[in-house]
Amino acid sequence: MPESLLEVRDLVVEYPSKGLRSKPFRALHGVSIDVRPGETVGLVGESGSGKTTLGRAILGLAPVTEGSIRFEDREIGHASRRDRRGLARDLQVIFQDPYTSLNPSMTVGDILTEPLWVTGVRRQAAQTQVRELLDKVRLPKDAVDRYAREFSGGQRQRVAIARALALRPKLVVCDEPVSALDLSTQATVLDLLIELQESLGVAYLFVSHDLGVVRYISHRVAVMYQGRLVEEGDGDVVTSSPEHPYTRRLLLAAPVPDPSRQAANRADRHRLLAQQAEL
Amino acid sequence: MSQIVSIPALPAAPARRGVIGKVLHDPLGIISLVVLLLILLATVLAPVLAPQDPGRSSLDDIFAPISAAHPLGGDSAGRDLLSRLLYGAQVSLLGASIALLTSLVIGLPAGLIAGYYGRTFDSVSSWAANLLQALPAIIVLLALRTVFGPSIWTSMVIFGVMLAPGAYRLVRATASGVRNELYIDAALVSGLSDTRIIARHMLRVVRGPLIMHSAMVLAICINIQAGLEFLGFGDPQTASWGSMLNEGFLNIFQAPQMLSWPGLALFLTSAALALFAGSLRDALQAGTAKPARRRRVAAPPAGTAPDAPPSGPPAGNGESPPDALLSIRGLRVAYGGGSVEVVHGVSLDVARGEVVGLVGESGSGKTQVALSVLGLLPTGGEVTSGAIALAGEPLLGRPASFLRTVRGRRIGYIPQEPMSNLDPSFRVGNQLSEVVRVHLGLSRAAARDRVLDLLARVGIPDPARTYRAFPHEISGGMAQRVLIAGAVSCDPELLIADEPTTALDVTVQADILDLLRDLQQEKGLGVLFVTHNFGVVADVCDRVLVMRQGEIVEDRPAQEIFDTPRHDYTRLLLGSMLDGRPARLARAAATGDGRA
Repeated sequence: MPESLLEVRDLVVEYPSKGLRSKPFRALHGVSIDVRPGETVGLVGESGSGKTTLGRAILGLAPVTEGSIRFEDREIGHASRRDRRGLARDLQVIFQDPYTSLNPSMTVGDILTEPLWVTGVRRQAAQTQVRELLDKVRLPKDAVDRYAREFSGGQRQRVAIARALALRPKLVVCDEPVSALDLSTQATVLDLLIELQESLGVAYLFVSHDLGVVRYISHRVAVMYQGRLVEEGDGDVVTSSPEHPYTRRLLLAAPVPDPSRQAANRADRHRLLAQQAEL
Repeated sequence: MSQIVSIPALPAAPARRGVIGKVLHDPLGIISLVVLLLILLATVLAPVLAPQDPGRSSLDDIFAPISAAHPLGGDSAGRDLLSRLLYGAQVSLLGASIALLTSLVIGLPAGLIAGYYGRTFDSVSSWAANLLQALPAIIVLLALRTVFGPSIWTSMVIFGVMLAPGAYRLVRATASGVRNELYIDAALVSGLSDTRIIARHMLRVVRGPLIMHSAMVLAICINIQAGLEFLGFGDPQTASWGSMLNEGFLNIFQAPQMLSWPGLALFLTSAALALFAGSLRDALQAGTAKPARRRRVAAPPAGTAPDAPPSGPPAGNGESPPDALLSIRGLRVAYGGGSVEVVHGVSLDVARGEVVGLVGESGSGKTQVALSVLGLLPTGGEVTSGAIALAGEPLLGRPASFLRTVRGRRIGYIPQEPMSNLDPSFRVGNQLSEVVRVHLGLSRAAARDRVLDLLARVGIPDPARTYRAFPHEISGGMAQRVLIAGAVSCDPELLIADEPTTALDVTVQADILDLLRDLQQEKGLGVLFVTHNFGVVADVCDRVLVMRQGEIVEDRPAQEIFDTPRHDYTRLLLGSMLDGRPARLARAAATGDGRA
């Protein structure tokens, strides 16, 4: 078993509430999770479960109240902006909404060179690298001079993937990267992510509300509910025969694309709900 | 793996026209720009253009008429009016520019910092801006003149400080709006320093509105400056438009033209600046308009003839079955006065008690079909041909008053975003009971009882409390239940549901689908169910219509379409479903490929 790349221990995130003496809002109640090099850990949950907050805390975009986040044996929970700049090489992000995660007034070339010149790459070298990146995510070379707003959702998400991979990171936090995409685009973007992982050895923390998507891309899956991790294990086990009652409810709630199987699924769900109501 | 679906080619690059290009294509923009450039040129070239020194006076030229030597005539002191006007422009424009620059030097950085960091600096600077704006500018100028002396330049710097809150507010509002965009987060993760983020990401966004603001402020400054000079706060020795106005005013009966020339100059300059600002605003709004999340209008891609016959069997294009509840024949919907057609002849039937799923990806036109039935196409969209009938009665071409008796009463509608379809300023119960009272003519008390029954029926635990609640006090799932209660409140025959569960969590979605199925069976409703999710279709629909780019490509009973999809596109969509595919570990094991 390889060493952990990312180690989160008993993480608590609290957001201050408005008003003088109101209690702060606790988004995460002591979450622990590991990500090993080159693997995908899927993080499933419904809205308000804290899955996105966990991703943002790792990226330094949410306040860490208690607990620790270690990346390659360095504590990064309270890293300063200067330390974060060093981390940018190893830790990157792909956001959900490809419409707001790319600055509409910048060309794709500008967007992709930005992370490069933070690390001091020269102009000439940066341009070559940007061309290689576009090639990797299968966008045409002439995309460099065009604005992000000229692309479709799937193509924008490819630009966002290229930006995340520009510095050859070791871990990418993917926050619902395919939720805003059409069905047929979803599958191709996921396949691209898997292919890039296999060739580059990058690890993903893959946040999603969709059990089907998570099952497709994850080696391991963790399920979150109301700010806590309720179940964690191998991807195929958690997404087919889960143990925790919440995960079972989640699994049965997702409709399957076949009327007769879905009817059976629905009956199972009603039985489970009746059972859980009795308890 | 990734070759299953070909990546659609990039659309041909549209003719990109920058903001400047757009201003130059606007007649008002180009006229005002030319006028401004001419004024600027005349001001700079004043020493060359002026017939004589602006201060030279001659007794012969007192109130001189228009002549070759004095193209605009002479003033009360025998000085040349044209020379004074040209040199006066220098004072006016320079004074106004000083005020503008002062306001920008203070307002821009303060606004950027307040917008980006927020917190204490934001509170303090906003407080200071409020204080400055509360002060009457003219009185401050008059008071400080006694302290700093009668220099017009000092006055304009002070006036610039008074104007700074305007620039500050604009920059702060724009910047704090951008602050929460995901691309700023992405830049933070990339390790960009704050200065770089402000300079690269925020300044770009602030730039446009600020230029527009500046053009307006410059016009104001020129007029205020002239006003101060008119009141005699400038140097009486130097020519300026304001002092010329003052002299003209004193001699208004002997030589009215003395007043009209500087008046005309002021009018032209401020009008040109105001028109230029307006043109710039139009250009900026066109350029930075947020792209519609869902493309409502999708042009057919080049290469596929829009009228190619669908390969799946389409719904009987001829006569509609006599028992059809909703019958659509050859529906075409177009935008932009018929120039962009988004629905290319769609025909479908919904029988009583039947749930018909209309499935497609974004841009397929499925929502356009649903909205056409309701007569609620967005502005610019219209049904160009075809027929829609409800229980044999045509709906197209009927007056709005007729449609009002159909919508809500005979056709219920469940929208996608529950929250944006409830008016935030009215209580939930009032919004529902109003509909019942209008359509069914019930009394206030009877309507209230009916709505409470309905709320209980859609599974709301405490109907009385929800009745009194405002929309922001209930969850998204509850709001969707409320809207479903509203849709069935007048016992409609047909229900149109446009992605009713897309915005909800899966567990809530399953509950809402259960509710919809129960209601449909209980009341024998016909339902047109618009969705992109095949799982949802499998859960509730009897028949499925697959739409692509404004056409129906397959129309068959639900179980058949899942078992033996005929059209390539249906197969492609079903093949893209991830549910039911082996998990990643299982796939890796099958190919003998371990963890990377």
